[in-house]
Amino acid sequence: MSYMLKRKQALQLNSQGQLRHFLSLDGLSRELLTEILDTADSFLEVGARAVKKVPLLRGKTVCNVFFENSTRTRTTFELAAKRLSADVITLNVSTSSTSKGETLTDTLRNLEAMSADMFVVRHSESGAAHFIAEHVCPHVAVINGGDGRHAHPTQGMLDMLTIRRHRGDYSDLSVAIVGDIMHSRVARSDMLALETLGCKDIRVIGPNTLLPVGLTDQYNVKAFTNMDQGIKGVDVIIMLRLQKERMKGGLLPSEGEYFKQYGLTEKRLGLAASNAIVMHPGPINRGVEIESTVADCEQSVILNQVTYGIAVRMAVLSMAMSGQLADRQLAEAKL
Amino acid sequence: MNLTISNAQVVDPSSGFNQQTDIHIKGNNILAIGKAPEDFKANKIIDATGLIASPGLVDLSVSLREPGYTRKGTIASETLAAAVGGVTSLCSTPDTKPIADTPAVIDLILEHVRASASTKVYPIAALTKGCEGAQLSEIVALSDVGCVAFTNGLADISNNRTLRRALEYAATFDKQVIFTSQDATLAEDGVAHEGPVATFLGLAGIPETAETVALTRNLLLVEQTGVRAHFSQLTTARSVELIAAAQARGLAVTADVAMYQLILTDEALADFSSRYHVQPPLRTQKDRDALREGVKNGIIQAIASHHRPQDKDAKEAPFAETEPGISSIEILLPLAMTLVEDGLMDLPTLLARLTTGPADALGLSTGQLVVGQAADIVLFNANSSTVVGDNWYSKGRNCPFMGHCLPAQVNYTLVNGRIIYQANQ
Repeated sequence: MSYMLKRKQALQLNSQGQLRHFLSLDGLSRELLTEILDTADSFLEVGARAVKKVPLLRGKTVCNVFFENSTRTRTTFELAAKRLSADVITLNVSTSSTSKGETLTDTLRNLEAMSADMFVVRHSESGAAHFIAEHVCPHVAVINGGDGRHAHPTQGMLDMLTIRRHRGDYSDLSVAIVGDIMHSRVARSDMLALETLGCKDIRVIGPNTLLPVGLTDQYNVKAFTNMDQGIKGVDVIIMLRLQKERMKGGLLPSEGEYFKQYGLTEKRLGLAASNAIVMHPGPINRGVEIESTVADCEQSVILNQVTYGIAVRMAVLSMAMSGQLADRQLAEAKL
Repeated sequence: MNLTISNAQVVDPSSGFNQQTDIHIKGNNILAIGKAPEDFKANKIIDATGLIASPGLVDLSVSLREPGYTRKGTIASETLAAAVGGVTSLCSTPDTKPIADTPAVIDLILEHVRASASTKVYPIAALTKGCEGAQLSEIVALSDVGCVAFTNGLADISNNRTLRRALEYAATFDKQVIFTSQDATLAEDGVAHEGPVATFLGLAGIPETAETVALTRNLLLVEQTGVRAHFSQLTTARSVELIAAAQARGLAVTADVAMYQLILTDEALADFSSRYHVQPPLRTQKDRDALREGVKNGIIQAIASHHRPQDKDAKEAPFAETEPGISSIEILLPLAMTLVEDGLMDLPTLLARLTTGPADALGLSTGQLVVGQAADIVLFNANSSTVVGDNWYSKGRNCPFMGHCLPAQVNYTLVNGRIIYQANQ
């Protein structure tokens, strides 16, 4: 695997070890993740100011290319780019080019021809961001805004920022991720980030139908099928959204039964540490995976996550752009 | 044309013959092995000192892409690629457009074969119309125009009654059926082996049971109907066990494996490279090792290329959106020679899996060196090597072994006594 690790690093990092794409947390060092979190922390202050702009990406063009619907991620990326003074274009490709038969490759090459400096891409297929960075436009910084079930690295990092700001050092914490692990790119990014940042007790909780095969071989996690046992004493609870289409595939009998077994209720929250925080990538399904009162309780940091999301995305955009620019300068110097 | 191949190490797995000697060819056929008849005068002599002379390889599953997908491959391009890989006879799969399910399509294919093919081509037709698993193809009429077997390919016949009837009907006329066992509902929209690698990459998985459940059902129906059956493209260790158990209870079933399955595992998917997207999928190292063992001990009689050439666009997309398949017939012999290099089996055993094994599985009268029969021969140097991609004749460049240095080099390929491929010396 070390060969593969090197390949992945080669794709995401430039020769100085700086980010030039942001595709996955796989292969990124603890130092780099910490740098992202520290940078995001500093940008949080920008958001609190009356004038919320810094000039880091002035004159640069950021294209949000969303092949899959999104509100939260798209808006926060847009805000992040604007607060960095970039010009921002947002394309919902699911409703434009692909319905005219244009391929992913052609769509992106067209945008590249318009001198875009950075792509934020969301796509329903795992590996789409890697594909774009490797084969389509190597000289545009590619930021993964979520690819299939594979990765959602900015969500992973904003979850880490939330945990650090509210509960501190990862190494002493127990973290539970609850729900549809199988289909969740958020869970995959969270598991990688937590391990890299030194969390020693990562638990995943769900029925066998939603826990993918080989999970505990690939990630340093403990799997639980019993919610009450799984969340006992944990400091952080990350609830995942349950998609309605999971009922159709025979993965679950009903929302009601799921809520009974895995829903986060006040009673269940009582099993966790007394100051445990409750997180959720959103949008939440009240009464399906989380009790309404829990979503709104003092321990819930769900809305803080959204705020931190902007700062994390500012950090990633600015870091990837400077890594990409350093690369371009190096290439020009060689010419 | 009279031709003598002189001083070759002649290896014929069908007879166990393994000697350094000459082969004399008159017209299409082998006239003598050893001493030439007194009145024989060769027009051409190939000095085969240091080369191995084997029956030409027989490949049970090749997608020629013509008609319908000539941007991916043509009968001319893919059979020439086959000759480069040491193949002299191949079975073409019915996955053409239109699907090869009527005598008219087969006639068209064979017409193009006569006009442009380097190798012999034995067509396999669809078992059901359009491979849709509902209505039977006219299998007797298809046999009459030259089809050697019938398959639904990867398209599962999910209705058990329809499958039973199809097998019963084929058995009535003693026709050969080929299975690629994969339960469509268990495979769902999977693109990779269900396991740690697919989980990590977030790719939809195809569980081992997608193959073993279908394989078990197919074996039971074969037993009930008495049809001649060959099981193609095994990928799991359990499948080898199931075939071995069926053979042990006296069921005359045969099996093959894709050459690349004996080398690659699902670990290769780690960077989402679509070159490794194949159906059925690459599995674990444990599965690969069991497949290799199955080939060694003869439970799996045949190694096939399962050559699936693709155009560039078909492989340029996020992994799950790419088309499956590897183009590898061109390096079939060098790839297979890695099994000898690894010490898994000796050369005659390997050649048996590439010649008599596949020929016997489908009852093809080829794959051996017999006086009076067609001179389909490959001459290769086992001590030389092949750099993959130095020359490339297949239209499909979708080969994950590009740039690799493989053992052995094919020097000559002969079909019906005619040199159809000769390496640059």
